[in-house]
Amino acid sequence: MSKQVFTQVIRGAHQWVRQAEDALAKALEQHGPDKPVGWGPQTAYFLPMSYALMGLEVRTVGDLREQVAHARELLRPVPSDELWLPYLGDGLDAGAATMLAQEVLAALRTVDGYTPPPGWQGFISDTIMRELGIQLVDGRMPGFALILGPAPTTEIAVKVVRELQKRNILVFLCANRNGKTMRDQMVEGGVFGDDAPLEECWDLYVVPVGPDTLDGIYVLNWSIRSALTYGGHKRGEARKCLDYTKRRIHAFGITFGEIPDDWYAMGAGAILMGYPVISDSPTTPEIRPTGVTVREELVVQTDYDQLVPTCIETRAVKVKVEKIDIPVGYAAAFEGERVRKEDMHVQFGYKYSPALEYLRTVEPGEIQDGKIELFGPDIDSVAPGGAMPLGLEVLVAGRKMARDFEGILERQIHRWTSHAMGFMHTGQRDQIWCRVSKKAFEAGFRLRHLGVIMHAKIHEEYGGIVDKVAVRIYTDAEQVRAKIEEARKAFAYRDDRIAGMTDESVDVFYSCTVCQSYAPDHVCVITPQRLGLCGAYNWLDGRANYEINPSGPNQPIPKGRIIDSIKGEWEGVNKFVYEHSNRKVERFCAYSLLEAPMTSCGCFECIVAILPLTNGVMVVNREFPEVTPSGMSFGELASITGGGAQTPGFVGVGRLYLSSPKFLSADGGIKRIVWMPKQLKEAIRERFQKEAQRIGEPDLLDKIATEDDARTEEEILAHLEKVNHPVLSLSPLM
Amino acid sequence: MSEQKQRSVDPAVLEMVEVAAARSVQTIWDRLEAQKAQCRFGRDGLCCRMCFMGPCRVTEEGKGPQQGICGATAETIVARNLLRHVAGGAAAHSDHGREIVKTLLLAAKGESKAYQIRSPGRMRALAAEFGLPLDGRSDSDVAAELAQLYLAEFGKQDGTLLNLSRAPEAQRNYWRAAGVTPRSVDREIVTGVHMTTMGVDNDPEHLLLAAARVALADGWGGSMIATDLSDVLFGEPEPLRSAANLGVLKEDHVNILVHGHEPTLSDVIAAVSRDPDIVAEANAAGAKGVNLAGICCTANEILMRHGIPIAGNFLQQELAVMTGAIDLLLVDVQCVFPALARLQECFHTKVVSTSPKAKFPGAEHIEFHEENALDCARRIVRMAIESFRRRDPAMVRIPKVHERLVAGFTTQVVFRILGGRYRPSFRPLNDGIQAGRLRGVAGVVGCNNPKFTHDQCHLAMVRELLRNDVLVVQTGCSAIACGKGGLLAPEAAAKYAGKGLQEICEAVGIPPVLHLGACVDNSRILTACAEMVKEGGIGDSFDKLPVVGAAPEWMSEKAIAIGMYFVASGISVVIGQPLPVEGSRVVVDFLTRKMRDFFGATWSFQPDPIKAAHLMIDHLDRKRAELGLPPPMYEVPYAPQVGDESLVFAAAAAPAPSAAS
Repeated sequence: MSKQVFTQVIRGAHQWVRQAEDALAKALEQHGPDKPVGWGPQTAYFLPMSYALMGLEVRTVGDLREQVAHARELLRPVPSDELWLPYLGDGLDAGAATMLAQEVLAALRTVDGYTPPPGWQGFISDTIMRELGIQLVDGRMPGFALILGPAPTTEIAVKVVRELQKRNILVFLCANRNGKTMRDQMVEGGVFGDDAPLEECWDLYVVPVGPDTLDGIYVLNWSIRSALTYGGHKRGEARKCLDYTKRRIHAFGITFGEIPDDWYAMGAGAILMGYPVISDSPTTPEIRPTGVTVREELVVQTDYDQLVPTCIETRAVKVKVEKIDIPVGYAAAFEGERVRKEDMHVQFGYKYSPALEYLRTVEPGEIQDGKIELFGPDIDSVAPGGAMPLGLEVLVAGRKMARDFEGILERQIHRWTSHAMGFMHTGQRDQIWCRVSKKAFEAGFRLRHLGVIMHAKIHEEYGGIVDKVAVRIYTDAEQVRAKIEEARKAFAYRDDRIAGMTDESVDVFYSCTVCQSYAPDHVCVITPQRLGLCGAYNWLDGRANYEINPSGPNQPIPKGRIIDSIKGEWEGVNKFVYEHSNRKVERFCAYSLLEAPMTSCGCFECIVAILPLTNGVMVVNREFPEVTPSGMSFGELASITGGGAQTPGFVGVGRLYLSSPKFLSADGGIKRIVWMPKQLKEAIRERFQKEAQRIGEPDLLDKIATEDDARTEEEILAHLEKVNHPVLSLSPLM
Repeated sequence: MSEQKQRSVDPAVLEMVEVAAARSVQTIWDRLEAQKAQCRFGRDGLCCRMCFMGPCRVTEEGKGPQQGICGATAETIVARNLLRHVAGGAAAHSDHGREIVKTLLLAAKGESKAYQIRSPGRMRALAAEFGLPLDGRSDSDVAAELAQLYLAEFGKQDGTLLNLSRAPEAQRNYWRAAGVTPRSVDREIVTGVHMTTMGVDNDPEHLLLAAARVALADGWGGSMIATDLSDVLFGEPEPLRSAANLGVLKEDHVNILVHGHEPTLSDVIAAVSRDPDIVAEANAAGAKGVNLAGICCTANEILMRHGIPIAGNFLQQELAVMTGAIDLLLVDVQCVFPALARLQECFHTKVVSTSPKAKFPGAEHIEFHEENALDCARRIVRMAIESFRRRDPAMVRIPKVHERLVAGFTTQVVFRILGGRYRPSFRPLNDGIQAGRLRGVAGVVGCNNPKFTHDQCHLAMVRELLRNDVLVVQTGCSAIACGKGGLLAPEAAAKYAGKGLQEICEAVGIPPVLHLGACVDNSRILTACAEMVKEGGIGDSFDKLPVVGAAPEWMSEKAIAIGMYFVASGISVVIGQPLPVEGSRVVVDFLTRKMRDFFGATWSFQPDPIKAAHLMIDHLDRKRAELGLPPPMYEVPYAPQVGDESLVFAAAAAPAPSAAS
């Protein structure tokens, strides 16, 4: 009965608000209105909850009056026994009132110079939020749990916490019953010692926040800050902040025992933020209809074995139990990790050695599941700081496996390998660049462990389509080069499959948000004539991946009404991009470099950059190590192009797009290209020629300057005039 | 007795019918009896009185003449008559809308003490929607400009109606393609009537499309303006408690009954009747106070905003007077029986007409103008107190029958009750439909008709929908029927709703049937559908939504106009007795089949309320299947019809697996 829930919620909220009013009145009397209040340098967001929801900047006790008055104003009477009026909205308002009142109470503690009891965290600073928040937002840390305890027994407490820890879920503990807390149970159960420093607790992902119910507000006003910091929302943009926490913060609450009114009220606050509550008490009424939260709002699970799985299912947290037998840590948290040159034991690829990753389908009889073979020397054969060739060939077999899926699975290698601590991975196909850190090497990490990871992760994530996985690793330069030749045919096959399709011939495009882990606002829109900027995902891959994983990072985008066919702007695409870019990117033109261009993550194969003097653009590929005519190197260009922001004049693209009839077609198409490195020129020659012929400029590629012809814009201009490049006859670009 | 049972399912009505018989007072059922058998040519739309060479009556085939004197065939005559009916209905709603706009203008200019802008927030939101500048301007300034803008909607000579921008693009495209985008309210009505005059338009399809255009000018024009500006002027409804049926009349109070459709005077009467001076006068006359109650849509208007109880619906207007407890019956416009004034011969009730548009021989006419509203209201209430002194207690017979209800739902309220002030949202509603807890939403609206057992069709249809997990929204006399039947109380969910609907009602705290207001407030269904489309996931146009309409006991031309604007907006409609079109197969075919090509929706005729409910559910199921939604989440008594090949549902919504299996 939701009615009972909201009756208790509203009753509890009245209690909290009354407490806040009393405490404020007392503080005003004792200290006067000008006494400073709050957490000072620990946060830049004043009282974060009222800052986010109401736009308040509370500095003094007097400033709290508005917050308390608003909390009071949000309160409605409890639902009547008969002929009740709708209570869901009132209950959510009561949740908001509770969070605001609790924050006032917590802030008023600071007036008296409050410090939390030993072993308890208390207020969580912006610094901690920045360190952990990004992982929560991008999904590396799958979520957090706020537990109101204690659990019925120490065994249950430890079991639940261990289950959460195993899944990388951060656990916060608060509240007590008759003085008994979950923290006590952690100490009794040996999770940490009574004198364990808080840093150790954070490392263990189990953080005692405070012994009172009120202390839970520290967690809620910590997580609302993510909407301000990572969501980029402004103070007072309550709706956007709450939508952000609902969408991006995979948090949930767990309550042990019968839920008292004051807990219920706080639970409504959590639900308002989009965090469901899971109770172990059979007397708790469930609220199963969805919409406020993504899935159910309030769920009961009395079986302690199922408690954590229920939480995960209810909050739609995506986690996997990882038991990958390698000598280094393995967790999503390590994905963004860089291995710096001085910390590096060995590297593969980029300009240092030939390297490849390649996944292909074989008949089930051809391989033995789990077999990992190394052809050539291992990494202990090189001197620290050296380079080696690497060919990582993954062979998969399965009744439901299709060749169309190869590209998708292969693209996951980046994510899977970079989760290993001390292993850095960028790029794809024959463009990878990997490093193994000295620490990882010293811990015993060897090449075969890449195979162990592949085997475990493919089974785990694609068990539905793959039955067998084997891995072959080559380190002999000749063998690697041969493998690259073989793989390129497969890559070409994948690229050709898409060649006959046009953007006009389909009703849906596909999104790719794989890279939102580090570019949270970036959405790739993959069309038949414009593949993903990493070069590894085309439209068919998007479709296939959507088939494999309907809730995954590749979602269909209905084009909707066409707004501008020249620039490539569609209503449906705009809507999708807006919603999935964290409401950052409002418009998107597929075929323009200058008007609302697509955003770029950081994986792009090439960067297209405007050269204003030449009335054209240059293209530079990742492998080109020198300074380009724009005055910047690839790396410098990447830093202004990537990160998910719209930067007119700069866009990251896949190589194949350079030969597409839709390449910047709104701006004049390939005729705009005035410069590119000669290596890139040769790599794209065959496909580019076809397009050049189609548009009646068969010599175009040769007219494009390379580093041999020109190194500055002025030199390019001279070259263009010399060869009579068609860009000279195009209308001004800007 | 058995005959009386067929007259109504409402015990209060049955009691009063007996009282009427005992007192030898004529009722509507007696007059219906006297009309038997009714003219079949009229019923089927085949009687033409457009010129006075006639009247002509034709048949499509068979014995009699197949052409009128001028040569008009059955299909022309039927289509022409229908267009006239639609114009009549649209005129009624729209003239009402115009009065509200004029009242807003008056309030903005401060020319009447009785009216203020009770919801400046809503007013400014509307002004913003239509691009009026707001910064630094006073409410009255903005309201005056807004009123002028709306006033122009009735008579402007260029462009199309402003409110059309609220419709999804698909609907606007349908209208453009069919050439029926309404221009201005009055123009469509005038042009429509012109087309029907002797020797103008003869093409049945062309006439029927014109009918759609006139109706759209009502739904998205006159009616929608009336709704929006009533909310601005009289306050935005909020969920509130009240009661319905004759039992709300009070023996020891002065009882004033308001009846008709326009809230402008009744809203002031509601305030005046609580005035301490007036209460003192009532006390002096021996009454404990002044009790206001309503009939029909005037009642719905003041119920929605003040919680004033409802005495009954259309067929109860005479019966209310026959209780002998009504001291004054105040009527404005629409649905008022001429017979009421004659009841003064038998009862002490004073009948007062107020509208410059509606006079009743025998009734006292106190012409009401918005400028003198307060004086007018005081005068009327004092007349009621005087009349109370003449009341004969021996004649008083109030049935002890009423049900409690919750009303006051609007599109804006839905946002709030589903998400509170911080997260106002339609998401839980759309989620409910997507997941299959709700099979869809049905708008059950319309009148009473003595040809049908009073209220029986409304109640039977709505109960059937509820137990099959269909959320019902209502207006007008249909809402009153369900209010009296106990379906508007939140407790009704546990009693009548299927499991899925129960879960939604329980989670939100709503009744399974939501009362949206008067018959002009059917426009709220249009705006609610627009919000459902915007929220997404259940279709990007009205004709894709699992939404359906019905008017099981309709009788008024207004119902035809409403039904027509629903269908022309993409929402299919099932009505009880057929439209007066059965004389032409071409017209029937256009309405029940061909309209789908033009608008994505059709009319259906089904007098049996249970069969009609099943037609509606089939329609919702088909829409669900087309959208790729799962079948109903829980077992329902009327299951999706196996064998219907168009019904291929998506798999039940379950947490998505990480990989296909």
